[in-house]
Amino acid sequence: MASVAESGYIPASRRRRFSRRRVGHAAAPYLLLTPAAAVIGLVLAYPLYLLVKMSFQKYGLFELIRHKGRWVGTANYASIFHDGEFWRVVLRTLVFTAACVSLTMILGTAIALLLLQVSRWVRIALTTGLVLVWAVPVIVAVNIWRWMVDYQFGVANWTLTKLHLGNFVRHDWFANPWTGFGVFTLLIVWGAIPFVTITVYAGLAQVPHELLEAAAIDGARPWAIFREVTLPLLKPIFVILTSLSIIWDFQVFQQIWVMLDSRPSSDYYTMAIYAFHQSFQISEYGLGAAIAVVMVLFMFAATLVYLRQMLRTGEVN
Amino acid sequence: MSAVAVTRPRSRKRLRKAGWNALALLVLAVMVFPVYWMVTTAFKPGHDILSYTPQFFPTHPVLSNFTDAVHQQFFWNAVKNSLIVTSVVVVLSLVLAFLAALALAKFSFYGRKPFIVVILGVQMVPLAALIIPLYIMMSRLHEVDKLSGVIVMYLTFALPFAVWTLRGFLLGVPKELEESAMVDGATRFGAFVRILLPLLGPGLVATSIFAFILAWNEFIIAYVFLHTPEKQTLMVWLASFTTLRGTDWGPLMAGATLCALPVIIFFLLVQRKIAFGLTAGAVKG
Repeated sequence: MASVAESGYIPASRRRRFSRRRVGHAAAPYLLLTPAAAVIGLVLAYPLYLLVKMSFQKYGLFELIRHKGRWVGTANYASIFHDGEFWRVVLRTLVFTAACVSLTMILGTAIALLLLQVSRWVRIALTTGLVLVWAVPVIVAVNIWRWMVDYQFGVANWTLTKLHLGNFVRHDWFANPWTGFGVFTLLIVWGAIPFVTITVYAGLAQVPHELLEAAAIDGARPWAIFREVTLPLLKPIFVILTSLSIIWDFQVFQQIWVMLDSRPSSDYYTMAIYAFHQSFQISEYGLGAAIAVVMVLFMFAATLVYLRQMLRTGEVN
Repeated sequence: MSAVAVTRPRSRKRLRKAGWNALALLVLAVMVFPVYWMVTTAFKPGHDILSYTPQFFPTHPVLSNFTDAVHQQFFWNAVKNSLIVTSVVVVLSLVLAFLAALALAKFSFYGRKPFIVVILGVQMVPLAALIIPLYIMMSRLHEVDKLSGVIVMYLTFALPFAVWTLRGFLLGVPKELEESAMVDGATRFGAFVRILLPLLGPGLVATSIFAFILAWNEFIIAYVFLHTPEKQTLMVWLASFTTLRGTDWGPLMAGATLCALPVIIFFLLVQRKIAFGLTAGAVKG
């Protein structure tokens, strides 16, 4: 079947050599793709369809047992859009994502540039340290930070008090969502910097030396060289890294969930947690699905930018 | 006179370099501190951990936290489950991704570009959104609370990266190399084993490490889908550590160290390949 469909796409010059072997050749890529495509279809494509379908259905415990939702049209969307809580969660998620992504990109790039300036042994030490941090599993990282900001014996409170930045004895960082999200921002940025730094540094290493030297000879200042030469050359990398960071940080879940003992107060709801809470904790799977669909749409823009860049980069290969 | 004029800019340059070095070492210290803190806490006796003045250098290292951690309930179950899940995911993703990458890199066929778009696009679908329909679907298939269900899901999330990376490596193999081997009388399979496979080595290693790390570190799916404590993976075990016993920081940090160790070892082995895999060809010189 595949080979018949294929025959129309073979250039005319090659069509006359269309032998039995050629037919087998034409079917081969489809056979090779089938296993991967089947798994991706089952675990990604079908659930995505199911997600959209469920967002138009009443899907509670009763429907879960019956394995069948009840069609309610756009009622789920109407209900979340009229819910003040939902908009607060959206705003919180957007602000949090913006803070995490911009800090990650700025600090990550700054450290990559720093790597260019230092002696070889320092560079090796710093990259090894960064890889070490990169390798720490998220759940492990959350537990480390939870221990560092522990209100009683945490090293953070002790250090800040010693530095005379205020009295932090028995200070509970999570009592106030602003400082709580401050800790989450630090945790996420800390974990994301290594990937950004090492990728940007790998890109910087590919920038031709002659270009930089020529700019320097022409009397350009370091900042101007960075802006006019380095930045345009690294644009593809920055586009990919920024869109990936947006996608990762926008769906933040496990850091908050584990840090706050699987029961964050509603002040700590991000979109992912809100959707999770609606579906798995109060069994309103339809509402949860509608929130998740909105989430996917939000991330669609970042995804499009990423896709375009990856495809362009891929063509070069 | 002239000697001074020559050395002055040079010493200023050296001074500036020393300044950058110092800054870099400061960055290193700040970045690595959390990891250092985990490891040192893991080796401290209880009274050193629960002290109002933190001890930055452990004076009496002990192993009791580690023995506590491994004697926790379900630790060895979790180790076994994590090993099973991880190894199956690595092997299957390698095979499936290699076949798909072969199709994408070595054949031109109708539907090639859409498939690439799908491969790249599905990576971007938020797991936190998909978990709801996945749960509904898996409960219909009776795959909730089973390792096999979790394995299939991990496999899917590992595949896009694996296919993309291996495709890049396959494209890097010059066609002439294969053809010359075939002219020399090797079969297609022989050419594959002798020429292609060795060249793909780094790609296969990077891909399997990626799948390993993904499966080893994943939390949300394992947390939602594996209810029975005997079936949980290490990360779920670690996350439930504190809720079970309050906060027993020493054993918790020892357990965290043990969970992180395999990943750290693998990462230090192959980090260069992963970073360069993403950027290869991204900068046009």
